[in-house]
Amino acid sequence: MEESANQMSLAVQQSKTAYDNIKERFGDAISEFDANPTMPFFEVLDTKRWVDIALHMRDNSLLRFNYMACLSGVDYPEEGKLGIVCNFESIGHYAHKIAVKVKCPRDGGSIPSVSCVWHTANWHEREAYDMYGMVFEGHPDLRRILCPEDWTGYPLRKDYQVQETYHGIKVPY
Amino acid sequence: MQELGKAEANSTRIIRQDDKRVIIEKDLDTEYMVLSMGPQHPSTHGVLRLECITDGEVVVEAEPYLGYLHRCFEKYCEKVDYPAIVPYTDRMDYLAAMNSELAYCITVEKLLDIEIPRRVEFIRVIVAELNRIASHLVAIGTYAIDLGAFTPFLFCFRDREHIMSLLEWISGARMLYNYIWIGGLAYDVPADFKKRVAEFVAYFKPKAKELYQLLTENEIFVKRTYDIGIMPADVAINYGWSGPMLRGSGVKWDLRRNDPYSIYPELDFDVPVPDGKFSVIGDCLSRHLVRALEMDESLKIIEQCLDKMPEEPNFNSRALIPKKIRPKAGEVYGRAENPRGELGYYIVSDGKSTSPLRCKARSSCFVNLSAMKDLSKGQLIPDLVAIIGSIDIVLGEVDR
Amino acid sequence: MGLLDARVSNRNVLVTSVDNVMNWARLSSLWPMGFGLACCAIEMMATNASNYDLERFGIFPRSSPRQSDLMIVAGTVTMKMAERVITLYEQMPEPRYVLSMGSCSNCGGPYWHHGYHVLKGVDRVIPVDVYVPGCPPRPEALIGGLMKIQELIRMEGLGISRQDALKKLAEKSVDPQQVIDQVRKATA
Repeated sequence: MEESANQMSLAVQQSKTAYDNIKERFGDAISEFDANPTMPFFEVLDTKRWVDIALHMRDNSLLRFNYMACLSGVDYPEEGKLGIVCNFESIGHYAHKIAVKVKCPRDGGSIPSVSCVWHTANWHEREAYDMYGMVFEGHPDLRRILCPEDWTGYPLRKDYQVQETYHGIKVPY
Repeated sequence: MQELGKAEANSTRIIRQDDKRVIIEKDLDTEYMVLSMGPQHPSTHGVLRLECITDGEVVVEAEPYLGYLHRCFEKYCEKVDYPAIVPYTDRMDYLAAMNSELAYCITVEKLLDIEIPRRVEFIRVIVAELNRIASHLVAIGTYAIDLGAFTPFLFCFRDREHIMSLLEWISGARMLYNYIWIGGLAYDVPADFKKRVAEFVAYFKPKAKELYQLLTENEIFVKRTYDIGIMPADVAINYGWSGPMLRGSGVKWDLRRNDPYSIYPELDFDVPVPDGKFSVIGDCLSRHLVRALEMDESLKIIEQCLDKMPEEPNFNSRALIPKKIRPKAGEVYGRAENPRGELGYYIVSDGKSTSPLRCKARSSCFVNLSAMKDLSKGQLIPDLVAIIGSIDIVLGEVDR
Repeated sequence: MGLLDARVSNRNVLVTSVDNVMNWARLSSLWPMGFGLACCAIEMMATNASNYDLERFGIFPRSSPRQSDLMIVAGTVTMKMAERVITLYEQMPEPRYVLSMGSCSNCGGPYWHHGYHVLKGVDRVIPVDVYVPGCPPRPEALIGGLMKIQELIRMEGLGISRQDALKKLAEKSVDPQQVIDQVRKATA
């Protein structure tokens, strides 16, 4: 472990330090740290505590992750799960970055919404809902954002079948 | 949609008096009205639809509706190969296609962990900065149209046409280039490249100044944009703003400086941030000012690149492009500073297939636009147009 | 030049047919709707701007469909937008013309295969008169398309329907290869 820590680049070490801070506070609620060089991340195992973790990440004086760069929905058909991946960083305070994964079951799964913590999450969560169909609990305005309101299915799921017609217009080529 | 009803009896109204915003109260019995702007409307950029609830001239709430240009970019990423995604990234932010390509290519290169020839890096930066100028010219030109000035539009498009013909000469296309490839470039630049780019820089420098005098220092323009749509820095960061929008709020944050990529660390340029003397920090004028000043910085970058670019006869720009792009299993989030802010790609590779398992584009316009609801509260309808223009959205990138 | 070619006597009297006058008036003031959808809209703007200057053809974008007689569908039409396009088309007064600009509105363009939300060709919802290929078409190509519309108008007349005019136009179609060869010969 010591040796691998030495091999880590500076950016990954910074993420590791930030991760240790969160791990200390939340213990088993989050997974081990994945120290890959391209996008170091950890996963939230106890999804119910996701909002608490988010608030801690934003407000703790050693973390200050005030900027959510991206929130992407992902489909994991082998695990039977849907998930989101969020990329965070701190503008004006620290130079560290970290990514967080949250997963929920594929059918009827839900993830707590963090749109009250970062405004960015509001539209991104709507987009993830539009494309994958997971519900964000506590979201102020969870509607489809890109597809029309009466669109059927969730287009970015791996098993998506496109509908034949929409309002009488043929959809496939 | 909230239920419509009678507005409060003592409705607040905002008027202007001697350059200051005065809030007066009138005892008028008014009713709310729904005003739908777009998706086909000359003053909305592209196919954005705004549903405004208005109380007389004052906007109570403006809710953006998107998706009128949702072209399934992320679905395509899962279906086509890594190199075939490049043309689709062009069509996302079609005003700054080179920048979008650059962001995508550096992200995949991060995942592949390959070295890029130095000459290629210089060419990439030059074309990206040329395209940034072209994009800002459109942004400024259409912003002037929004506010009722037609001449600056003609000025901007005249100069933009020079960049278009320059890039066409380099890449073969006017707008959507497919020039920057993963690991290299489609072609090396033509023989007279340095000379012609230098000529353009020399031509454009006085024109940029002229445009600044014509529009940015124009009193009518200043009055239309000064002290409107103010966004404080901390709220802007919380909204995830980036690019000229965030810098307009006084945050010195530029990915070319703060998370450098390519050869930007070697180059000397400023990150313009309004100082609060000419404009109120965070208002529409500040955002416009940042764009106007950034063009000069781009010219500076291009000049330095032309000086430093290594000459290599018989240079093969495709030499290091992998035959079959199949990155090892992993995830990456890579980004670059686009004219409109941070364009990021989150790519998941499973190590087996030649197309990504997931590719999400984090679009700057999408995030910048999400603050529209907050920005529009209590503004006058004509000011709403000024605010939308200052966000400088490209719907291709918002809806993807 | 149509009307100007007509016989002018030295008493400043023009002798021509009613059809000619009406068509000349219509084709010299085509008013398209200022209506852009995607990438092609930027090329359309460039065509309107300084370098290509569409106004010399009398073509200037109008803000309202009710004042315009030409609709340039510039860009990708999505499922969500399709119904709005139909509404806009129906708001235009007759006689109206539609120019489909770019591959996306011609047939779905690069989004034809997996693009679940893209309409594969605007001609599925509204009739199209002229298609301009390209992704996006150059301003010259758009001007060429607009001149085709002008030709179509020239073929129309009192008692001649749009169908007949299209047939007439097809009869005197020009083979582009011949033109290219001519230009090559002239420049060689």
